[in-house]
Order: sequence, then structure tokens, then C-alpha cells
Amino acid sequence: MEQAKIQELRRIATDIRIGIIEAVYNAGSGHPGGSLSIADILTHLYFVEMNIDPSNPNKEDRDRFVMSKGHTSPALYSVLAHRGYFPVEYLKTFRKTGSHLQGHPDMKGTPGVDMTTGSLGQGFSVACGMALASKLKGDTFRVYTVIGDGESQEGQIWEAAMFAPHYKLDNLTLVLDYNGLQIDGRTVDVMNPTPHDEKFLAFGWNVINIDAHDFCQIESAFAAARECKGRPTAIIAKSHKGYGVSYMLDQASWHGKAPNKEQYEQALTELKAYRASI
Amino acid sequence: MAEAIATREAYGKALAEFGAKYDKLVVLDADLANATKTEIFKKAFPDRHFDCGIAEGNMMCVAAGLATAGFIPFASTFAMFAAGRAFEQVRNSIGYPHLNVKIGATHAGISVGEDGATHQCNEDIALMRTIPGMTIINPSDAVEARAAVEAAINYYGPVYLRFGRAAVPVMNDAATYKFELGRGILMAPGSDVTIIATGLMVEIALRARELLATDGVSARVINIHTIKPLDEEIVLAAATETGAIVTAEEATIIGGLGSAVSELLSEKRPTPVVRVGIEDLFGQSGPAKELLSVYGLTAENIAEKAKKALSMKKQ
Repeated sequence: MEQAKIQELRRIATDIRIGIIEAVYNAGSGHPGGSLSIADILTHLYFVEMNIDPSNPNKEDRDRFVMSKGHTSPALYSVLAHRGYFPVEYLKTFRKTGSHLQGHPDMKGTPGVDMTTGSLGQGFSVACGMALASKLKGDTFRVYTVIGDGESQEGQIWEAAMFAPHYKLDNLTLVLDYNGLQIDGRTVDVMNPTPHDEKFLAFGWNVINIDAHDFCQIESAFAAARECKGRPTAIIAKSHKGYGVSYMLDQASWHGKAPNKEQYEQALTELKAYRASI
Repeated sequence: MAEAIATREAYGKALAEFGAKYDKLVVLDADLANATKTEIFKKAFPDRHFDCGIAEGNMMCVAAGLATAGFIPFASTFAMFAAGRAFEQVRNSIGYPHLNVKIGATHAGISVGEDGATHQCNEDIALMRTIPGMTIINPSDAVEARAAVEAAINYYGPVYLRFGRAAVPVMNDAATYKFELGRGILMAPGSDVTIIATGLMVEIALRARELLATDGVSARVINIHTIKPLDEEIVLAAATETGAIVTAEEATIIGGLGSAVSELLSEKRPTPVVRVGIEDLFGQSGPAKELLSVYGLTAENIAEKAKKALSMKKQ
């Protein structure tokens, strides 16, 4: 990838991270850690990869995205806002009574949200259903879903992991946001779900390991997923929870907590300084 | 004696019949196509039938995904697993986004018989009633089951269809029967008391009416095939005109049809209501017919409870 393109994506991803902080700070609650860890992947999906049209969010042949780890809705809302589905200002209404931006994604309330999620393990299965629908229609669109590494402790993840290769859903790409942390601590300590890659391989998936914050690796992984025929692709994306905000980095305590005013200002200062340096 | 057919059989045949008419209809199973009778559809339309294996939670969500792209999925398994095990998937991935998924739940109620308590789902109606926007249909015979399937196809939104394992008498006339979603059916007139029944209890209620007639009691019988939304008009009219109600369902008396009728009447037209159904008990193994009798799902018990309701009216 060209350096200019990488720089542009980094700037967009930083804007998305600023939107995440704005949303969670103004709500006084929400999940910043896992939203920040997935921001680069979402930037690639919505600004490079997916066939979408923000002016026609329900376009029949659009590619679909399901945020299976629905608590990281701030990342989804921020990328949708910056892609033009609704004004960026709306992010400040996140989690407030009457807002379009519910605590967890609501497909009926928010333009661009393809599926209602929040209860872990379910979005991945829904993505399988969408991919099957695309196959029935003659493979007219691709489906993308993001699950958390903590989420992979849900039994339903492995029901879906069996289903997708069984029906040869090569139009489905799963990203596992491997930040290694969940509410109660390190995933390996809470209930060890690793190794992710070997499990998905054993279930019959095409598996690619990448650095979740490297746009070149992200691009080539999704390109390889498109090329892979006959089986779905799982991208195991090694990420850092809280990426972009120094005091949140790799801290389980920032899974589901809003910054106070001082922390909010520090986060914005850091992100803006980084953006200016790109 | 009328011909006896299980409503699950009628369900499987209806899917195969309507599969030709509605090209968006697809069927999902969880390793029970043989028992839910969806295998009839599978044979006719193998490319539109998807076995999900023994994984009901995943199946419900796959159905939701298909529905987002315009398909009309029927997700089939036993009531115990559709309403019980997969309750939360149905609530969060189908009910909350109000997706166009039809849940074909077979082997509901105590009439499952020999498999015993783990497979006798008496709680499904109560569970499904608590989900906002969920439609619940409990057909009384094979004719009604077929019509219910087509009505569900033509309605946009989540529908829970409840079918039985055991063969039950066919009372409705296929040539003249008309199904209207959300509308109860007056099966027989009466002026002293009304029996409001659903599912296989409708035919048993008609027999209870005959028993009551020999004792000089005129009983009205209403068939509520759509438990949610409830036909308030027909229930309120029955309360006003007969002044006493008995409900009859092959399900727990907690949260089902009896509860729905009681809730409505206590708020809009206080009237004595006596509920016939499974008391606060688990089932057991045994032939369906014997179990219906052991748990009080008989014409005799309905007649007795009708008299009880009548006596409450006179107080």
C-alpha cells in the first residue's frame, strides 16, 4: 500500500477514535477499550473494503457488517458517522434516552447498522445466515463480522464456526479482535480460549493471523479472504485494547468505563497530537 | 369418528405445498426434520432446506440473518428447544429487531407422551407471550395448521407456531375453513358459560359442551388459535353474554391462554374465569391419551370447571 494511502487511513482511524471518546465521555458510560482496539479494522472495512452506499443504506446488494461484539457500538457508530451515514454530532447522543444510538446496535434505529446485536455469540450466527442468503441469491454480496476473543468463550461461536464451512460460506469473513482482555481480566486467566487460529483451522476455516493496527496487513488479509474459495476466512487480528489512548492501552479496567473530564481531555489531546503528526 | 392427523404432519405438508407458491420460503432444522415433518419440504425443495445440526441457538440466528435479506425462514425444532433453549436468541435476534422469522415448534405440550418431562414443553406459550411483538398461533387441527402456515407466510414479523406430536381429530372442514390471524372462532353457541380453548383442547371442549348440555347447561365454545395478539372482542363479548369463562389449553396454566384471558377480563370486564391446563407440575412418560387424562385435560374436567365458573357467577 502507498504511504499516502496509509497516512489517510490513519487519519480517518484517529478521527474514529476521537468519536469513540466523545461518545463514551458524553454518555458517561460505554465500552471504549474494545472500541479502540477494532477501530483500524473498521476503518479499512468501511473506507476500503465494503461495497456500500451511505446515501442508500439499505441497498439490496450491499456488503453486510455485523458487530457481533455489540458492546463496542461506539466504534461502529463512529465509523458510520465519519462515512456519512449520519452527522458526527449525533455521537454525543449515544446512550441517551430517545437517541438513535442505543447502548448496543439496533438495526431499526440507526442507518447503516445491518443487524441488532449485543448478546454475545449471536451476531456471528446471524452473519452466517446473511452469507447463506447471499449464496441463495447468487452470491450477490459479502458479509463481514467482528467477534471478540472473550466472546469466543460463548458456545454459540463454535456452533456458527461449524456451520459456515459446512455450507462453504466463502463470502463470509470473520475478524477475531484478539486484544487478550475481557471485563474480569486477561482472557487466558478468565477462561483460556486460545489458540484461536488452530481452533478455526480445525473447524475448516481459512485462517490468517495479522497485526490489527497495520493497514498493509489488514488490506492483504481481506484481499486473501476474497480470493479464498470454498471456505470462510477467519482473520485473527492481534490488537491492543484501548489503542491510541496511553492510559487505556492494554488495561482490562477500560473495558466498560467512561473517562472523567480530565481523562477525556487527555485522550483528545493525545489523539489530536497523533493526528497532526501523521 | 373423524380422521386423526398430527398438526406437525399438516405443518410439514403445508411447507411443501407453499414452497412452490412462495419462492422466498426456506426451512431450517436442527437434526429433527424427520420428527418435525419438515422432511416433506426437504424432499420437495432440497436447495431451500438447511440442516443446522443440533445447535438451536445458532439456527435461530441464522434464520434472523436470512430474514434480513428478504427470505421467509421457518426455523423448526421441538418446542422445548425453540422456546426454551433458544429463548434468548429468539428474544434478542428475532423479536427485538422484529425480523420476519417463523418458528415452527413441534412436539409441544404434554401430548409428547413417552419421551417424558424433559421433552414436554408446557411453558412455550408463556415464554413467547413475554416477547414484545411476537405472534403466537396454536392450531387445533390439521386444517387449521395448514391455514396458519400460509397466514404466517403472508404476515410480516416473527411468528411462533405451535404444533403437536400426537394425531388429533380433524374437526374443521377444509373446504370452508377460513383462518384470520388474531381472530377467534365461535365453534358452538351457548348462553350460560363460555369455554375458551386452544390447540387440541378445542375438540375436547366441544365434547365438554355435550356433557354440559345433558345437565341443562348451555356452553359456548370459542377456538383461540391466535393466542397473541388475543381477540379481545370475542372474549369480552363472551364475558358479557355468558358471564362465566373456562379456559382450556395443553400448557401450563401459568402465563398461557388462561392468563391472557384473565388479564384482559380483570382489567376490562371482571368475570369469573377458571383455568384448565397443566397445573404447576412437570410431566412424565406415558401414552399421550393417558397423560391428558392424568393432568386433567379432559371433557369431564372442563365440564366440572364450567360448573364451578357458573357457581361463582351466581355468588
